[in-house]
Amino acid sequence: MQAKRDQDFFWEGIDRGELLAQKCDACATLRHPPAARCAACGSDEWSAVPLSGEGRILAFIDSVHPSRRDENSRCVCLVDLPEGLRMVSSLIDPENAVNGAAVRFEIADYDGQMLPLIRTVEAGQ
Amino acid sequence: MSAAGQTAITGIGQTAYTKESGRTVMSLCAEASAQAIADAGLEPGDIDGLVSFTMDTNSDHDLQTALGLPMVRYTAKAPFGGEGAYATFQLAAAAIESGQANNVLIFRAFNERSESRFGQPSYNAGSMRGFHKSLGLVTPGQVYALWHKPFLDARGMTNEDLGLLVVQMRAWAANNPAAWFYGRPITLEDHQRSRWIVEPVLRLYDFCQETDGGVAFVVSRLDKARASGRPVVRVLGVQQCWPLGETMMYNYYKQDLVFPEDTVRVAEALWEQTGLSPAEIDVSTIYDNFSSSIPISYEGYGLCGRGEVGDAIRAGELGPGGSTPVNTNGGLIGEAYLHGLNNAAECVRQMRGTSPNQIAEAKIALCAGRQCGMVLARE
Ligand SMILES: [Zn+2]
Repeated sequence: MQAKRDQDFFWEGIDRGELLAQKCDACATLRHPPAARCAACGSDEWSAVPLSGEGRILAFIDSVHPSRRDENSRCVCLVDLPEGLRMVSSLIDPENAVNGAAVRFEIADYDGQMLPLIRTVEAGQ
Repeated sequence: MSAAGQTAITGIGQTAYTKESGRTVMSLCAEASAQAIADAGLEPGDIDGLVSFTMDTNSDHDLQTALGLPMVRYTAKAPFGGEGAYATFQLAAAAIESGQANNVLIFRAFNERSESRFGQPSYNAGSMRGFHKSLGLVTPGQVYALWHKPFLDARGMTNEDLGLLVVQMRAWAANNPAAWFYGRPITLEDHQRSRWIVEPVLRLYDFCQETDGGVAFVVSRLDKARASGRPVVRVLGVQQCWPLGETMMYNYYKQDLVFPEDTVRVAEALWEQTGLSPAEIDVSTIYDNFSSSIPISYEGYGLCGRGEVGDAIRAGELGPGGSTPVNTNGGLIGEAYLHGLNNAAECVRQMRGTSPNQIAEAKIALCAGRQCGMVLARE
């Protein structure tokens, strides 16, 4: 049997509708992207924990697939999470892209795959 | 800290830089290598070390066979590709200064344009899900643009500022017969009319020139080089630094994306090793796979004060007549993309006094990469 990759738990979570990250069992440090060991303490024991699903846009670009130029572009963002992690995601409502915008993760289908996408949150919502 | 400074670059060689070589990669590699050996005044029997980086696909054994090297005693590969390209000179120096080799051949060749383009999308529908490609980062231009954007934002720089920078790189290239853009300078208007590839960071003219070709160097013992009576370009210092948290390509996960820790640490180590300071650098090359790579390294190596790179670009300080000439070959944007090593060849030419854009009285050259750098001196 093939060993699991360090990131498999993340995609299994996505398929269940959950946004997860690794949390070190020894020192409680969160990490993303997934890694085999905790860089803070060296432990290789960890658990998958749910994230709040909130975040803020740090930066964004317009991404056009070079061999599929006629398709809609994607707004790819760096997202800072309140948990202290950073993730790459793409914005469902690119017309609202602005640095610092509050976003919420939304697990949705893109091109036949379930992915952790983001949508901006209006102020006060 | 190594006690470098006991090696010299004695030979350089390069093929024509084209978009479709019509030749095998090994024939390009062997041509550049043979040229470098001859340029050093050496014979194949003098070469006893081979160094490249892990992304190079030319086998040491095939190159040895093609060149007829009777005995190789040292081989090594620096990690990854262009941003670490100058670590090859550190590996060569380590072998020579420890007595394991006398003359090390450094090589890099590929048909990067006609056979295996880095710029082509590496992800398509149905590929396994991951944290970057699945979310829309399918080309190096997109990957780097997203990483560089926070720095550009922090410095208040726009694509127009990158345009002013590219105009300076293209002015150098326009006077370099080996450059793809030889005889083709551009204006800021030309740059701003080139189409967006990754809006709002990179337009077409912000990209390096994907190239077929090869480039090679011979690194030798300093004492032997001096005794040869041939031009001596001394490797005063060469360093690599890989701080925890800095990542190849997808460098998104450290807290502060504005401070280029790897580059800053390479620079600090170089100044400590050489006893020099940025003010003593006469001419530089900076690894420029994209125009947006240059400002980060320019500041990181201290060629201006922190936060001042935008002003330096707007004042034309990196181009002809500027106070800190950068990429006098035109760089990877203007000359060719030989994975960074053609910029090292330009540093050697500057120290020999043979650059098409020779900087008068240049005695110290900085060959700057992201995770590695080298300081050369004219003797
Ligand atoms: Zn831990």
